[in-house]
Amino acid sequence: MQTDSGQRAQLDVWDLEIEPRNRRFTLNIREVWNYGYLLMMFVRRDIVSVYKQTVLGPLWFFIQPLLTTLTFTIVFGNIAKISTDGLPQTLFYMSGITIWNYFSETLSATSSTFTSNAGIFGKVYFPRLIMPLSKVISGLLKFAIQYLLFIAFLSYFILEGSQVQLDPLGVLIVTPIVLLMMAGMGLGMGLILSALTTKYRDLTFLISFGVQLLMYATPVIYPISTMDARFSWLIEANPLSWLVEAFRKVYLGAGQLSISGLMYSFTFMMVILWVGVLVFNKVEKNFMDTV
Amino acid sequence: MGAVIQVEHLSKQYRLGLVGTGTLRHDLNRWWHRVLGKEDPYLKIGDVNDRSSKGTSDYVWALKDINFEVPQGEVLGIIGRNGAGKSTLLKVMSRTTAPSIGRIRIRGRVASLLEVGTGFHPELTGKENVYLNGAILGMKKQEIDCKFDEIVDFAGVERYIDTPVKRYSSGMYVRLAFGVAAHLESEILIVDEVLAVGDVEFQKKSLGKMGEVSRNGGKTVLFVSHNMTSIGSLCNKVLVMKDGQVDFHGEVKSGLNHYINNMQHLADTTDLQDILRRLPQDEYFELLGFDMQQEESDGDMYVTHRPIELVFSYRILKPITGLRVGFEVMEKKSELTLFSVFHDDAYQEIIPWSPGVYASRATLDANLLREASYIINLTVCIHNVRWILNGQVKLPLEVRNLVGITALYGFEKRPGYLLPPISWENRSV
Repeated sequence: MQTDSGQRAQLDVWDLEIEPRNRRFTLNIREVWNYGYLLMMFVRRDIVSVYKQTVLGPLWFFIQPLLTTLTFTIVFGNIAKISTDGLPQTLFYMSGITIWNYFSETLSATSSTFTSNAGIFGKVYFPRLIMPLSKVISGLLKFAIQYLLFIAFLSYFILEGSQVQLDPLGVLIVTPIVLLMMAGMGLGMGLILSALTTKYRDLTFLISFGVQLLMYATPVIYPISTMDARFSWLIEANPLSWLVEAFRKVYLGAGQLSISGLMYSFTFMMVILWVGVLVFNKVEKNFMDTV
Repeated sequence: MGAVIQVEHLSKQYRLGLVGTGTLRHDLNRWWHRVLGKEDPYLKIGDVNDRSSKGTSDYVWALKDINFEVPQGEVLGIIGRNGAGKSTLLKVMSRTTAPSIGRIRIRGRVASLLEVGTGFHPELTGKENVYLNGAILGMKKQEIDCKFDEIVDFAGVERYIDTPVKRYSSGMYVRLAFGVAAHLESEILIVDEVLAVGDVEFQKKSLGKMGEVSRNGGKTVLFVSHNMTSIGSLCNKVLVMKDGQVDFHGEVKSGLNHYINNMQHLADTTDLQDILRRLPQDEYFELLGFDMQQEESDGDMYVTHRPIELVFSYRILKPITGLRVGFEVMEKKSELTLFSVFHDDAYQEIIPWSPGVYASRATLDANLLREASYIINLTVCIHNVRWILNGQVKLPLEVRNLVGITALYGFEKRPGYLLPPISWENRSV
């Protein structure tokens, strides 16, 4: 808009061309970047609306992982007596749940992008990718709360003299990497699912079930070391396994910090993210006609 | 001035019926055709979007081969009956959905207002919502900072700006939302009927703001409305749409006349017989027919200056007590204008009805309803027991003020919701 539009009429330059959905891939990173302020506002909205709603709103973030930890401790630790690699059960489960929850929250929040934002998407144009991206970022708040809870428990256990080996350098390096990869994985899968659910609605019901199933295929409630050889290939093929294991290793000292495993996870994440953005991009233009 | 909007062969196809049934099959078929390098088997230009006649195909063209240009600074009004494709056109222009064929080319920044207050969150304060809504509409932070005071001033909500908007009155809410929209910096503004909100005072202000914007700012405006008065007073060109196609494009006065003349010749699009056939069976009551009659009306459009007679015919199947037949007249956006059941005047109508065929007639007096598009909803209930019909039979009722437009008022219509003839007496004292 720097030049006068009269001049540009002769040059036949158009600022915007609206065309049918084309098959070629158009990811406009710059456009997403231009809407950075909107992204910030959505994140802010999510966070503010959570803490403004009820007293129980943010408190629920504490209660949920505590209850899950308690349940897992009773069911898997005490009744089924599944090994925790010699770690205190509470810490073992809590470390898994903390990082796993971030993934599953991201996945479920982004997978409903189209269905839960149909109203706003039908009225205003902005790069649709802003919406799932904002969920990835605002999910960090919930993660932060649960993470602090985990750290509090961890400190308590260390002071009590538990056999826990915290690796401070590892924590500094691994935490952001694992978190970023969890975000990428959740976002990628969420994008694919969000695109699919616009057309095949029944998928919505399968998602929560699928996430649950995926959790059992990930070493959240058991360590990878105790895995039966017959199934270990399955767990090793699961790119999320390496992330959970690495996270546990640097905080608690038990688990596997496998570089090749993390490389595999990273590759997988890039692929799933790429496919996700691709599918999302294809659907975003026309989904209003089907929702 | 060159064109800032150029629409070429724009078409948009929709699939009718339930989404989900058969889409997988169609998708596979499409995919197979694509693999073979053939054309999409479902993307053929054929059916016209005419709701009264059932198309043979499951696919329908909401827009078909639309071509027009808008030069800079023009205020283009878009009119047409419901389903003529106005909203689809706006949706495509504001990029909330993609066209099937053709393209639109635009020079300059577009702001589209299909709704005010998109994304407003009730828990956030007025200030937070101004920033959020502004960002959604594509404003940068600095822009909102600049305009913030002006917006708040325009909306007149200074005192409540740090209060969550859930505590706002609906008027304040709308004013704030419109305030953000009215202060958008853009070369092109696309507006749906968002002006039909708020109180009269505010409507005037909004219309004024829009007029000012287009005259001084050289802003190009596309304006969709049912309100021919505002089209008449705001726009300098008009586009009449019909069945997804451009029916008329040109001067406002001739465009409006074209539209009004055309409305009288169109067949009724809502098939009452079809609705009646699909009504659920009731053990007491069966609606046989319903008719709206007006002298010299062909049943599609009614005028304000003559009475409208509503005739119900129905069969009572079993003896029944406390039956009430009535209707609601709602303006678009389902604002209830009028509600009536028989025995409006008294409460002691709990009389028994014996089986048989009955007819009831209600008269809406001349000059009662103002010019607007209404929906008439037939209501039948057993008093204090249950509804027999409510919402199943809804029919359009288009009321036009032909007298006002042609003679006394020009394009200005008499303001107010009702048009009762008021008797006046003037004398010197």
